[in-house]
Amino acid sequence: MAIEDDVLVIGGGLAGVTSALAAAEGGARVRLVTYKQSTLRHASGLIDVLGYTPDGEGPLVDPFDALADLPEGHPYERVGTDAVRDALSFFDDVAGAAYAGEHTDANALVPTHGGTVKPTARYPVSTASGLASDPRDTLLVGFETLPDFEAPLAAAHLEAAGAPFDARGVTVSFPGIVRDDAKVTRYAHLLDRDESVTTGAGETSAREALATTVEARLEGECRVGFPAILGDDYADEVRADLADALGADVFEVPMGPPSLPGMRLEDLLYKALEDAGVRTASGVPVIGYETESESGETARIDHVVVDRHGAEIPHRADQYVLATGGLVGKGVRSERERVFEPIFDCHVPHASDRYDWFVDDVFGEQPYARFGLAPDRELRPLDADGEPEFANLRAAGAVLGGYDFAAEKSGAGVSLATGYVAGTRAAEEVDE
Amino acid sequence: MSDAEQPTDDHVPGAEDDEFEPVQVFPEAESMDLRPGADNCYKCSTCDTNCPVAEVDDEFPGPKFQGPEQWRLKRQGDHDIDDSVMKCSNCMRCDSACPSEVPLSQMHNTARGEYVEENMDKFSREYIRNRILANYRRLAPLGAAFPRTANFVMGLSVTKWLGEKTLGITSERDLPEFATETFRAWWTKRGGNATSKKRAREARAKRGDAKVENPDKRIAYFHGCYSNYNTPEVAKALVRVYEHFGYEIMVPEQSCSGTPMFANGMLDDARRAAETNVRELGAAIEDGADIVASCSSCSMSLRQEYPELFDFENTKNVAENTWDAIEYLRVHEDLEGELEGTSVKGEDFAYHAPCHSRNQGLDGQTIEVVDAIDGIDAHDVGDSCSGISGTYGWKAENYETSMKIGEEMFEHMEDADAETGLTECPTCSMQMGHGTGYEIKHTLEVLEAALVGADRDADRRKRQEAG
Repeated sequence: MAIEDDVLVIGGGLAGVTSALAAAEGGARVRLVTYKQSTLRHASGLIDVLGYTPDGEGPLVDPFDALADLPEGHPYERVGTDAVRDALSFFDDVAGAAYAGEHTDANALVPTHGGTVKPTARYPVSTASGLASDPRDTLLVGFETLPDFEAPLAAAHLEAAGAPFDARGVTVSFPGIVRDDAKVTRYAHLLDRDESVTTGAGETSAREALATTVEARLEGECRVGFPAILGDDYADEVRADLADALGADVFEVPMGPPSLPGMRLEDLLYKALEDAGVRTASGVPVIGYETESESGETARIDHVVVDRHGAEIPHRADQYVLATGGLVGKGVRSERERVFEPIFDCHVPHASDRYDWFVDDVFGEQPYARFGLAPDRELRPLDADGEPEFANLRAAGAVLGGYDFAAEKSGAGVSLATGYVAGTRAAEEVDE
Repeated sequence: MSDAEQPTDDHVPGAEDDEFEPVQVFPEAESMDLRPGADNCYKCSTCDTNCPVAEVDDEFPGPKFQGPEQWRLKRQGDHDIDDSVMKCSNCMRCDSACPSEVPLSQMHNTARGEYVEENMDKFSREYIRNRILANYRRLAPLGAAFPRTANFVMGLSVTKWLGEKTLGITSERDLPEFATETFRAWWTKRGGNATSKKRAREARAKRGDAKVENPDKRIAYFHGCYSNYNTPEVAKALVRVYEHFGYEIMVPEQSCSGTPMFANGMLDDARRAAETNVRELGAAIEDGADIVASCSSCSMSLRQEYPELFDFENTKNVAENTWDAIEYLRVHEDLEGELEGTSVKGEDFAYHAPCHSRNQGLDGQTIEVVDAIDGIDAHDVGDSCSGISGTYGWKAENYETSMKIGEEMFEHMEDADAETGLTECPTCSMQMGHGTGYEIKHTLEVLEAALVGADRDADRRKRQEAG
């Protein structure tokens, strides 16, 4: 017999988790199945809504002002501005004290590891002291063995970008790290567990050794930025200890993949799933589906098939949410001849000639960046004729098309808004 | 698939006419071509952030190096496999971490096999020790033949001291005790398959199953070494739970699943064991049985590693028809429905999902199943690795790393509102017990208490009423 639930969410990233949480809040019995790890580990951990318009205007001061003008088919246009607001406050409840930014509609400007600033709606508390709108002078600290963050360069870039403060960058060696290619989790573990390390001054604890190293380079700055490797499970404690020892505020600069703030967000979300009673299974793909016997109208999915190393396990639910990600997450795939959605083969609008999928200017308006499913306002994916593919399937997050999240800085916001709407509607329909 | 394998560029004039000749970027075609996997790696390093060893061990370069990068380096011809591959604990977490379908554990297994074959001194203490650990299955019968003596001798501090000095097996751990009667001895004494057949038929009649004669309700039990020699109570629980549902059980001849051999790079040993298992289990499938395993590493091995590494006739068939014991009941029976209304008196459990369960998508099932039983709860202690990884944590040089990895799990177990541990993996169970001093149970034992315990009580009542 099948494993049965009210709502089955396929995909374990921000959109999938949000829709599972929203459906559970709506009273449904929810299961989330996810294949490989989500792209949250690639993510900065910032929750952006809209940083730039599709035409490239920005950075936007207030993303909500711009939502009404988005073109038809954009995921925000599909769900509407109120849903974006509801989804953000839903996220605020889930994230609690771990995130900041809910006091205003305006975008915050968060310095990134390249020394640019990113407009974002919510940010982890670990980055709060580092905002670019804050006029206090700043010391950025990089590590010799972590070339992803070149602190002097990032500081110079911030100043050139017109940040209203003096920024200075120094590079030091990280006490206790000997490998040139130690993993970011190794740095975080050393600080989390405050392991003992040997420095020139003898044996001491990792946090103390790091503070001592940095203190010697401090020239009166009252805030110090580190690459985002300051602990994992005990990040708040690590930051507080360093701040105490340095007599300065300490913040993290979000990094590229793999990213600790992304991993912390993932942990936070999965903890929320557990608390909400959502059942999860990871590591196994959905490989197929069966529809209910034809009733003349739009087809309904009866069950999907999960592959467990060759054993095919049917999972049945009343409502389904597809949140498998975009081209990177492999919720949308391409071959030479076509672009497709691999589980339900939902329609993905794209040019038939693959030379029309891209433009030569790398940073130009790339058509492929907008590839994905085209949904109705209920977020049901539509077929080539504009009819819902299935009556009980909704889609959320990067599997949707019609927007370029990298250019707009809208990835997290679209995942939250569409995930929230898809999950809420799915639970409502179970009741009906 | 790379462009070199399927070049159908219709924009090249005359391309259709010419037979395609792939460019040989890398020399020598191998029997196992890992190139598509290596090509899929786009260096996101997600695997590295999932590696429990790289997080605590400064000398381990992580799965991205061990897998795709080392595979590429090897194409240059003059590179040996880096000896750091022996520090991989074979937890296989990198497999399900990878968002790009790189077969990391397959790459690790082949690299480790090649390292042991070509670079390891066959007379070295390390090789001999690893061979002994990997072939536990061959020594266990001796211990099991004289369990009391063996347990006594192994418990002596002089034995442990010798083990550490001569073999490099840590003296910090207590070797697992041998049961006074193996599962197979119990099974034979109980009357083997014939008795099971009879009991299953009775159970089906009692359950009101439509078909009392039902050849579809037949499983072949892959018990593995540990539940045979050390924890037969787990194997017996499986038998009783399955018979409760009306299943007839077969216990085919079997060898070690191969997991400890893969982990130690003893691929020849693993191949021999796999050959026996595929032959015997394949025959059981012919007889209409599905394969069921109670140890998550055994099922992982049969399902994933066999098809990745071996190509005996029936390998794929065995893989596709092998199930985890609880998963099988959830899909073929209404397990949760059956458990509704049952109750178990006793304490709550601190549950740890083994990495090899996690990789099979089974990490949530014990919590769900125990939820349905009244009177007890299982608290998930999080997604960290226990750190022992089979034979890994038994090696003196890995003991400290193993305990560092386990620290998070120990803390969460102690934070959980429970004094007994629960898991499906024998070596995770050793680590859980070692780190906390708790008694550790298997999920099947809980199911037995809920389902069969209730049967027994009812029978007893009936007998009393009858007189």
